Amino acid sequence: MATNFTVNGREVSVEADPETPLLWVLRDELRLTGTKFGCGVAQCGACTVLLDGMSRRSCVTPVGTLDGAEVTTIEAIDGPEAQAVQAAWVEIDVPQCGYCQSGQVMSATALLRTLPKPTDEEIDQAMGGNICRCATYARIRRAIRQASDNLEA
Amino acid sequence: MTAMILSRRGFLAGSGGFVLAMTLPLRGRAQQAAGPLAPNAFVRVAGDDTVTVIVKHLEMGQGANTGLPVLVAEEMDAEWSQMRADSAPADPAYKNLVFGVQGTGGSLGLANSYTQMRQAGAAARAMLVAAAAARWGVSPQEITVAKGVVSHEGSGRSATFGELAGDAAGQPVPVDMPLKDPAAFTLVGREGLHRTDGRAKSDGSAQFTLDVYREGMEVVAMVHPPQFGATVARVDDTAAMAVPGVRAVRQVPSGIAVYARDTFAALKGRSAVAAEWDTSQAETRSSDEMEAAWLEAARNPASPKVVEERGDVDRALAGAAQVVEAEYVFPYLAHAAMEPEDGVIERRGDRAEVWMGSQFQGADHPTIAGILGLAPENVRLNTMFAGGSFGRRATQAADTAQELAHVARAAGGDGAWKLMWTRENDIRGGRYRPLTVHNLRAGIDAEGNLTAWDNVVANQSIMMGTPFEDMAVRDGIDPTSFEGSNELPYDIPAGRLRWQRMESAVPILWWRSVGHTHTAYAVETFLDQVLGAAGKDPVEGRLALIRDARPRDRAVLERVAEMAGWSGPGTGDRRLGVAMARSFGSFVAQIAEVEERGGLPHVTRVWCAVDCGVAVTPDVIRAQMEGGIGMGIGTALHSEITLGENGIVRQSNYDGFRVPRIADMPRVEVSILDSTADPTGVGEPGLPPAAPAMANAWRSLTGTLPRRLPFAAATS
Repeated sequence: MATNFTVNGREVSVEADPETPLLWVLRDELRLTGTKFGCGVAQCGACTVLLDGMSRRSCVTPVGTLDGAEVTTIEAIDGPEAQAVQAAWVEIDVPQCGYCQSGQVMSATALLRTLPKPTDEEIDQAMGGNICRCATYARIRRAIRQASDNLEA
Repeated sequence: MTAMILSRRGFLAGSGGFVLAMTLPLRGRAQQAAGPLAPNAFVRVAGDDTVTVIVKHLEMGQGANTGLPVLVAEEMDAEWSQMRADSAPADPAYKNLVFGVQGTGGSLGLANSYTQMRQAGAAARAMLVAAAAARWGVSPQEITVAKGVVSHEGSGRSATFGELAGDAAGQPVPVDMPLKDPAAFTLVGREGLHRTDGRAKSDGSAQFTLDVYREGMEVVAMVHPPQFGATVARVDDTAAMAVPGVRAVRQVPSGIAVYARDTFAALKGRSAVAAEWDTSQAETRSSDEMEAAWLEAARNPASPKVVEERGDVDRALAGAAQVVEAEYVFPYLAHAAMEPEDGVIERRGDRAEVWMGSQFQGADHPTIAGILGLAPENVRLNTMFAGGSFGRRATQAADTAQELAHVARAAGGDGAWKLMWTRENDIRGGRYRPLTVHNLRAGIDAEGNLTAWDNVVANQSIMMGTPFEDMAVRDGIDPTSFEGSNELPYDIPAGRLRWQRMESAVPILWWRSVGHTHTAYAVETFLDQVLGAAGKDPVEGRLALIRDARPRDRAVLERVAEMAGWSGPGTGDRRLGVAMARSFGSFVAQIAEVEERGGLPHVTRVWCAVDCGVAVTPDVIRAQMEGGIGMGIGTALHSEITLGENGIVRQSNYDGFRVPRIADMPRVEVSILDSTADPTGVGEPGLPPAAPAMANAWRSLTGTLPRRLPFAAATS
């Protein structure tokens, strides 16, 4: 049975085992490889995408649940918050190994869309599900604050 | 599982961005660097003015793809914005000058490249200058280079690198070029140079091994034995083969490989494999049993090696006014890098191509060629960005390369395969930081002077019984087991360090800062306690003990005390703790500010002073200190691997094996000491002092000091 939804504004029709996690549809089928595999159990956040505008762990999102949904991945994330976040990420040189950073950028963007002026505590809460094994966390906080300031300006 | 994108053609046709994302993984990254001027294995100057540095070290986050290009750009007098980086494939030209083979480790990346990369840049510059001189009919001595532009003042002529690259390629390649006086550096040490990989790692376009897709590629998931040292006795693949998309199940030396059309099918097939195991050679002890054995061995070592001895320690202890004793237990730790172990291999006839975040190409490449029976020159290994490593991607026996090659060999014939470990394979996969016990005794005289220091370390050897034994082990002593407990900066009249080697089938490995992961904690928290028992201030007490021959240790301690405005640990709800460690040639001292949160220390701030010689890329140095601090603190708070009944690892994913998260991360201030000494490591040295600095502050706050890590286990 086909599931029809949009990915980055394009309509896709996926004929797959409905249990298939969205992550593997994005990577194996659509070759949108910016979304990463880290744990498979929603513990690390490397696979974070936006689903109908909300951040979602694609590794535990069955494709069969996505009829009519809108999925946005790191390859196409756009808008003032995303641009501010990505600009701050580059300016502050947040990434080290970089593997988790797609997920970090997605979560940070989702945060600023709902909470334009987060406190450090709110940042920690919103980003608590995204592991960075290089521990770039201090720069992630700084970059989110800078993106927030630039959005306000 | 059948997954098919019905509108794929239209999907791909719609957006240039997607097409780019589709095509990049199909190419080896190192093949992209080309240019008319290629004076050596390291530098390519293209007609579009870009200068690409072929980086011989794995970029795993530590900044190799930034630091090495800075050195080349410095001697070329290039503009930073024209510099690019590409990871070198496996090739003897790219060997680590300390290891003698290609590989990254020991925080040696910049240190062993410092002269080599500068010479590579100087040669390229000389060829560009010679080409300009010939073109303009002037003397090369009259030509200057600045910010990527070659100029002749007398005639008013100038040209960019790209305009000269074609001509320069025809010039003889100079050797032994004189290098700049460090006082004349303009890029080395400059602030504001961004990482070469920052943008690609912020927009999802950076290519890791997992992102490589080849035509007709199968995905391979692994079932590994449930205990270390166990082997496959019997496999029932009936249920696995019934999973739609599973193509084959094969036994390989490391376990059972499930080959499938795509990742989800491989994972489902993996779960469906039924196997029986031969556990006759397996480690079946629990880690509690092992810990008890290690503790006993450190108390009464049966066959200790004396690493260091000066003065008569036993006599000094017997005559001491006060003797302080402590035992420490450090658990096994997984590296748990974000990208699990993986590799892609494509075999066509007598050739193969491999994509890996290889940290040890010098071992991985010949291993793969050997297992496949191919001539090494017919195997190309492309080095990909690695999604973290912390040591895990360089193993003594090239484990992952072996498994990848065996997967291809067991499949037989031509094809392409992506080997992908699950997080469970990784957390339960061994190659841990060794379980380690320290037994410490110190003597204090009636005046409060430290008179004796006696340390026994018990753990497995990382190097013995491996190909590294000849290089690393002397007189049966493996320095990676206790490094940091020897050659203390402190002047103590009588001192002794003994090492008791322990044995287990649990495979172990270097883990970011190796021996210093435990020695800094044991030495620096014990010393803090001893200074306290003698009524001395942690900073003043250390400064009084540091030998004259260790001025760089003293300097970082003085600097960090100044940064934090140290006047003792404090008295309120927030306390300060200090610790220092020399590792990988660099000197680091840190002060942590700690409060209590939920029964555990919460580190609010860390001040860090580092002396790593010439600071080539200051912001990368700061980033490595920050990361080392976060990892050091968070690991000491949360992380441990334990073996339960029958030696089965209890943890399997990030829920059980807890790692630092953003709430654990303090504010960090880093100060880099001015130095003209050759650069030394920064990837590892930021980590060792962080946990003991936190623990010392915690002891000031609560009067307790966890001696069995992690903190969370001690308090739960």
